[in-house]
Amino acid sequence: MLNSLLSPNTQWVLLSTLILGMAAGMIGCLAYWKRQSLMSDALSHAALPGVVIAFALTGSKNLLVMILGAAASALIGAWMIQWIRTSSRIKEDTAMGMILSVFFGLGIMLLTIVNRTAGGNQSGLDNFIFGQAASMVRKDVFTMLILAVLVILVVSIGFKEWKLFLFDPDFARGLGMNSRLMNTLYMGVLVLVIVIGIQAVGVILMAAMLIIPAVSARYWTQSFKMMVILSAIFGGGAGFVGTLVSTMGKGWPTGPFIVVASSVLFTISLVFGAEKGLLIQALQLRSQKKQHVDVGSQAVISSRISERGSNQ
Amino acid sequence: MTYTAWILLTASLVGLSCGIVGVFLILRRMAMMADAISHTVLIGIVTAFIVTRELSGPHMLIGAIIAGLLTAVLVQWFHSRGVQQDASIGVVFTTLFAIGVILIATQVGNAHLDTKHALMGEITFVPWDVMYVPLLGEVPKATFMLAAVLLAVLIVILAFYKEWKITSFDPALAASIGIPVVLMHYVFMSLVSITTVASFDAVGAIMVVAMLITPAAASYLWTDKLSIMLALSGAFGVISAFMGYYIAVWLDTSISGSMAFATGIVFIISFLSSPRHGVLSRYIHKFKTHDREKKLEGIS
Repeated sequence: MLNSLLSPNTQWVLLSTLILGMAAGMIGCLAYWKRQSLMSDALSHAALPGVVIAFALTGSKNLLVMILGAAASALIGAWMIQWIRTSSRIKEDTAMGMILSVFFGLGIMLLTIVNRTAGGNQSGLDNFIFGQAASMVRKDVFTMLILAVLVILVVSIGFKEWKLFLFDPDFARGLGMNSRLMNTLYMGVLVLVIVIGIQAVGVILMAAMLIIPAVSARYWTQSFKMMVILSAIFGGGAGFVGTLVSTMGKGWPTGPFIVVASSVLFTISLVFGAEKGLLIQALQLRSQKKQHVDVGSQAVISSRISERGSNQ
Repeated sequence: MTYTAWILLTASLVGLSCGIVGVFLILRRMAMMADAISHTVLIGIVTAFIVTRELSGPHMLIGAIIAGLLTAVLVQWFHSRGVQQDASIGVVFTTLFAIGVILIATQVGNAHLDTKHALMGEITFVPWDVMYVPLLGEVPKATFMLAAVLLAVLIVILAFYKEWKITSFDPALAASIGIPVVLMHYVFMSLVSITTVASFDAVGAIMVVAMLITPAAASYLWTDKLSIMLALSGAFGVISAFMGYYIAVWLDTSISGSMAFATGIVFIISFLSSPRHGVLSRYIHKFKTHDREKKLEGIS
């Protein structure tokens, strides 16, 4: 384990999943409060055809081109979900499920064709399904780092605006904020995080990186700012630990280990969380019961005393 | 029967059973639960394999039902503890799926079970894996299991047709007249789980979602009557299966991927051209009323 820590390539990969986890954790909070947690799942599946087409067109595994392809197809997916939802009686969750599965099916179709024509030696493309952070080269890591830092900056610079946009959109509009611009920006950063994350954790589990840290952070605090910070820490921590564990076995996929690390943090938060954790709620319930019992028994005693008094 | 006929029959059975179950998924607004369960049955199958060391039908079905119910219960529990519904779905299914993938990668990584197979299915191998059934002769295992599941789904749904109708459209009314709504919810989740796992071999986890949701959504655009919607949805499922197969043969690509894509084509056609809820008819309708208004204006 120490050996793998010392290798410079692993250090870069660890750094990139750490930053990616932080970016995903922050954007996840936005998605959580927009009540769009599963949207990220739909969009990450919808990115697959774009990745494959970008690869087929350029014929090389250039990360930047693939990110562009993924972003294009995820945005088309988002637009179609919106279109189906607004112009028919189909509900949003149904539309998301359809786009997710049909786009993924198309992606698998294209992937099979590309794998066949490229002589089967492009198995690297399969990594987009489960993620293989360890196979990233230095250049990919740089691209990911820059984009992830960009996302973190976008969220932290406009923090006040994001808060207003999420919690009181009417007031924000009253102040003259352009909610359409904010929506576009939100969709933009969401898609950006998803497509850079796909390389590390794969299309199927990308949603977990966005959803789980935010939900865990919710157990510790009521303040949005603290939630974003905590979620970033949880996400970064899970990314780091998950990647580290996955380098210990040969051919172990990175994505599932990051998700499990994240789930462990979630379970800890669920039980010990300071705000709504199970333990604290159980303690509160007990002390309340005790109080009730105390008050109840006192009432009984006092009523008996008064009864006795009236009898005499 | 020929090789192609077995594949088409298997895929049609997937289309039929998924189409029928899918109608209720959509009406109960649980489309994303289907996505969740289609991922989590993986852990049920892997656990069943680790325990029994064989990949047989009944064990897989039991494992899948347990995993499906576990998903439903956990989602409900987190939701009752204040996590948003869709966030709670997201947490539960990604975690269980990740554990399933890790178990496959570390414990049972062999030829019998791999994640690619589970995700994409391998319908091309279905006709080779046969079993003997009295009266019918040699029947592929997956086809037999799908037929059995379809039968079970039909029996459960037809036997309590009225109850399903009321609980899907008006759960509050259903509860008030004494229908066990919660029990029916979990029975339905079990139906989704067994349909998913039976279709697993043929089309894989992600394509099951396409087969469950898309034909039902397409039929929802054509009719307001539940019985017609069920029939249409099943028919759309079968049509997508056939269309997907021939697209796959034509392009020489993944059959399950093409079937998922074909459901999308069926939906797009419905979405554009359905007489009452389609985009085109709405557009024409708008145009017509506009025209009439103009005429009325001219008269006055």
